[in-house]
Amino acid sequence: MEFLSYLISGISLGSVYAIIALGYTMVYGIAKMLNFAHGDVIMVGGYISICATSYLELPGWLSVLLAMAVCTVLGVVIEGLAYKPLRQATSLAVLITAIGVSYFLQNAALLIWGASPKGFTPIIPATNAQGEPNALPLFGGQVSISYISLLTMGACIIIMLALTFFTGQTKLGKAMRACSEDKGAAQLMGINVNRTISVTFAIGSALAAVAGVLLCSFTTSLMPTTGSMPGIKAFTAAVFGGIGSIPGAFLGGVLLGIIESLAKAYISTQLANAILFAVLIIVLLVKPSGLLGKYVPEKV
Amino acid sequence: MKKKNLAAMLMAGAMCFSLLAGCSGTGSTGSAAPASEEPSQGTQESAPAETGNQGTEPTGTASGTFKLGGIGPLTTDTAIYGKAAMNGAQIAVDEINALGGAVQFELQPEDDQADPELGVNAYHKLLDDGAQIIVGSVTSGSGIAVSAETYKDRVFTITPSGSSVDVIAGKDNTFQVCFTDPNQGTGSADYIAENLPGAKVAVIYRNDDAYSQGIRDTFVAEAKAKGIEIVDEGTFTKDTQTDFSVQLTSAQNKGADVLFLPIYYQPASVILAQAAAMSYAPTFFGVDGMDGILTMENFDTKLAEGVMLLTPFSADAEDERTQNFVKKYNELHGETPNQFAADGYDAVYVIYEALNAAGCTGDMSAEEICEALVAVMPTISVDGLTGQGMTWKASGEVSKAPMAVVIKDGVYVTP
Amino acid sequence: MNKLTKKIKGLKKTTKVDFATYLGVILAFVLFSVLRDAGVLNRSITGMLVPICAYIVMAVSLNLTVGILGELSLGHAGFMSVGAFSGVIASQSLQAAIPSAPARLAIAILVGAVFAAIAGTIVGIPVLRLQGDYLAIVTLAFGEIIKELINCLLVGYDSNGLHMAFNLDGSLTINDIGMEPGGMAIIKGAQGATGTETIASFTAGFILIMITLVIVLNLVRSRAGRAIMALRDNRIAAESVGINVTKYKMMAFVTSAALAGAAGALYGLNYSNLAASKFSFDTSILVLVYVVLGGLGNMWGSIIAAAVLYFLPEALRQFADFRMLVYAIVLILVMLATNSEQLKTLAGRVLPKRKGAAHNG
Repeated sequence: MEFLSYLISGISLGSVYAIIALGYTMVYGIAKMLNFAHGDVIMVGGYISICATSYLELPGWLSVLLAMAVCTVLGVVIEGLAYKPLRQATSLAVLITAIGVSYFLQNAALLIWGASPKGFTPIIPATNAQGEPNALPLFGGQVSISYISLLTMGACIIIMLALTFFTGQTKLGKAMRACSEDKGAAQLMGINVNRTISVTFAIGSALAAVAGVLLCSFTTSLMPTTGSMPGIKAFTAAVFGGIGSIPGAFLGGVLLGIIESLAKAYISTQLANAILFAVLIIVLLVKPSGLLGKYVPEKV
Repeated sequence: MKKKNLAAMLMAGAMCFSLLAGCSGTGSTGSAAPASEEPSQGTQESAPAETGNQGTEPTGTASGTFKLGGIGPLTTDTAIYGKAAMNGAQIAVDEINALGGAVQFELQPEDDQADPELGVNAYHKLLDDGAQIIVGSVTSGSGIAVSAETYKDRVFTITPSGSSVDVIAGKDNTFQVCFTDPNQGTGSADYIAENLPGAKVAVIYRNDDAYSQGIRDTFVAEAKAKGIEIVDEGTFTKDTQTDFSVQLTSAQNKGADVLFLPIYYQPASVILAQAAAMSYAPTFFGVDGMDGILTMENFDTKLAEGVMLLTPFSADAEDERTQNFVKKYNELHGETPNQFAADGYDAVYVIYEALNAAGCTGDMSAEEICEALVAVMPTISVDGLTGQGMTWKASGEVSKAPMAVVIKDGVYVTP
Repeated sequence: MNKLTKKIKGLKKTTKVDFATYLGVILAFVLFSVLRDAGVLNRSITGMLVPICAYIVMAVSLNLTVGILGELSLGHAGFMSVGAFSGVIASQSLQAAIPSAPARLAIAILVGAVFAAIAGTIVGIPVLRLQGDYLAIVTLAFGEIIKELINCLLVGYDSNGLHMAFNLDGSLTINDIGMEPGGMAIIKGAQGATGTETIASFTAGFILIMITLVIVLNLVRSRAGRAIMALRDNRIAAESVGINVTKYKMMAFVTSAALAGAAGALYGLNYSNLAASKFSFDTSILVLVYVVLGGLGNMWGSIIAAAVLYFLPEALRQFADFRMLVYAIVLILVMLATNSEQLKTLAGRVLPKRKGAAHNG
């Protein structure tokens, strides 16, 4: 039973990683760039949501929509200003620019919202008015899974299905995949590559806003640097599952959460992160392109 | 074309900024919430660096003016501590200058991002700018490196909150305003042994943080000596401070009824929330890093009900001086000051008292001031916000009484 | 004289650039030493000389991995960390045996390099089997693992020699490693190495840069270096002409790690306090920024970029709270400017064509 409760907390944590990883992998899959600023867009999403609920006194769901709107605009603006001029540049140049954007967002947040951590009221409070946990009891109440975790899982699955449908079935989604395969050829086929990539960023940033609200609901507090470590973990999750693969990001995120939780419980809380990364390395050695990643043979 | 790009970039930067600022702007008009502190804080911070003499000019003979160099994290994730300490110190400086007495201060805060490397850089920069006394560093890690340098150069150093023993170890010219880590560890263990007899204690601490580990080490040693049973220990790092469910489950399963948290209030707030979510309600026991949890924006203070902590400072204290300080801090920065702000404030008053006792003049060199102050420090007694009648050993350690408080209805009360 | 100019003219262009690099470093060293001794330099700059040297060595060594070998490494700070802590242990425990600070510093740097080379070998074997972003994430993972492991390390020294313990479950302290009373604690877990005697010097930093340049430039211009670059440009083609992929990749990677270790030892002995958390992902990225801005495969570029970019945030201190924001904006603008098509064509017209190093897209 103890194992089960550790497993559940692992899945809860993993679903948070998964939802961030989905946005990461989406942008990477299409634009082929590691967007290190993704974690910071998440942080901005969290702050917008706080502002919306505590100052504008909007209900929780509306604050999510507002955060999505703001982050979408932010994502498009960042893309247009910092990444678009670098379409022809090396991927390393884009990576460094992304890091610059990440520093910019963190420090801007520090100046705007201050260094003090802010408490975040979860969109589903941890306990109800009677002080009982808002959680779904399992196995006759021996273990329970909180509603916020269930919501995160649900959101993950919906987003995953929606993205799979979108990239597989719609015209714009197909254009995205074409860009991902070969930008030059896509352009020749009459696809507006620049616009397609901008749309990708818009979607990725909107997802980041959702992830931000759910991440903060989980951690219940928010600082300007909140996004950076979950960002790196989500990046790891995306690679773990096979970067660019949408179900892979989900699987990678959940597995990462479970590994972290079990490592803490049974091996060492000190080395939880080290163990997590060690597992990642072993998996990549066995499957060099991640769990569900496509293996692309090199051509001479 | 190139110019256009550049201009576009700048404009966009401004746009981004105003876009984001818009949110907090509307917020602050909606209610008197503390979110709008930052713009004013920005100018506040830069003021002493550029026009620091303004306040001193009326009485301003150069001989009476001492330049204090502040070192602390003003950016990155630890900025909260550095900013609080420097804001507190600035309030003390303004108060002393407003007295119009012979001693006038000028404070120049420099950023070290809590990194020893940048701390040393900041220190050199301050000496270049003519600082005579160092108020810093706010964090232990940077403080150890900085105090090693000030020891070599003979510059008097007083750290508001660098609580590791290594900050003062072997350096006769570095003094602390805060308790040392061992002091807090043993203090907490003694308090638990006395007031919560028979407790089964679990500890959750941050093992990549010198402060947290230092307190935990002495707490465990003292707990053994006092016969307190420690049933479980959980750790976390900076990178895993978002999820404590495993550590809490483990503590709960082992039957811990006291949870000792020698950590800062941000992760503590997460622990409180997650413990509540799993209906685990031990007695939470914190140290001075826990101070600030009640004033954390949007924090549900119900979660902190019954939390005990050892803290030298309480913003709810009734005395006039604390009330004045809290009011001023609130006016200037829009939030209730925490322990770090009080430490910074006290640090400046300690320097003030020591300078008076030693009869220093502003034209003395840093080295002369240092020797004079080192000689008088063990002899003076200072009343501050963080303790009445604080005295110092020659080693640099402060002696003042720790205060145990318990949180009831969102305020500190003495049990 | 005439003969000399002829000789210089006769040299290959790369050789000329290399000699110019050496000469530039020597001149800079002489200039800064003279200025410092004359008291012209202020304390800020004097204090920054050693860390700048350390970061220059870091940048040059990372350039070997990223620019010459063509593999993106996000865990370079991990090797610096290994070097820093092993160097500190060596220096602190030899305090009595070798009183001379420069000799001790040299040994510490050597020890740091050796341990980092060992770490580099351990990391390199699995890492170099991967490619592209997967390789990048694994180096990141190794960097984080090294950081966490050192966080749990307890090391002390007494008359019986070194005592070490690995604090796996968080219950050990420096008092539990079996030191006799009065023993010296060197590394105290998360509190890191405290009370280190700071023996690093600018001269040592300069010598280390020169050694690094000699090693790296000679490697790059040698047969092995050409093999490594062939791997970078087209691995399959290189393999088909009989280049041993693993051997040459490991050669570049381990050399790079060893030099980072040496830089770490120099850095670690410059501060009285050193914590494992310093060598995080952020530090790896910082060095990567130096390399990319200096130009991939371009050693003198790395040197200048490291020096200028290290100095930049310090120079921005007048912006107070806006310092890091301004730094971020400068970083983005520089990346945009150096990659803008207009500037490139302009530069192409003015400057003779330079060989740009390609990176795996």
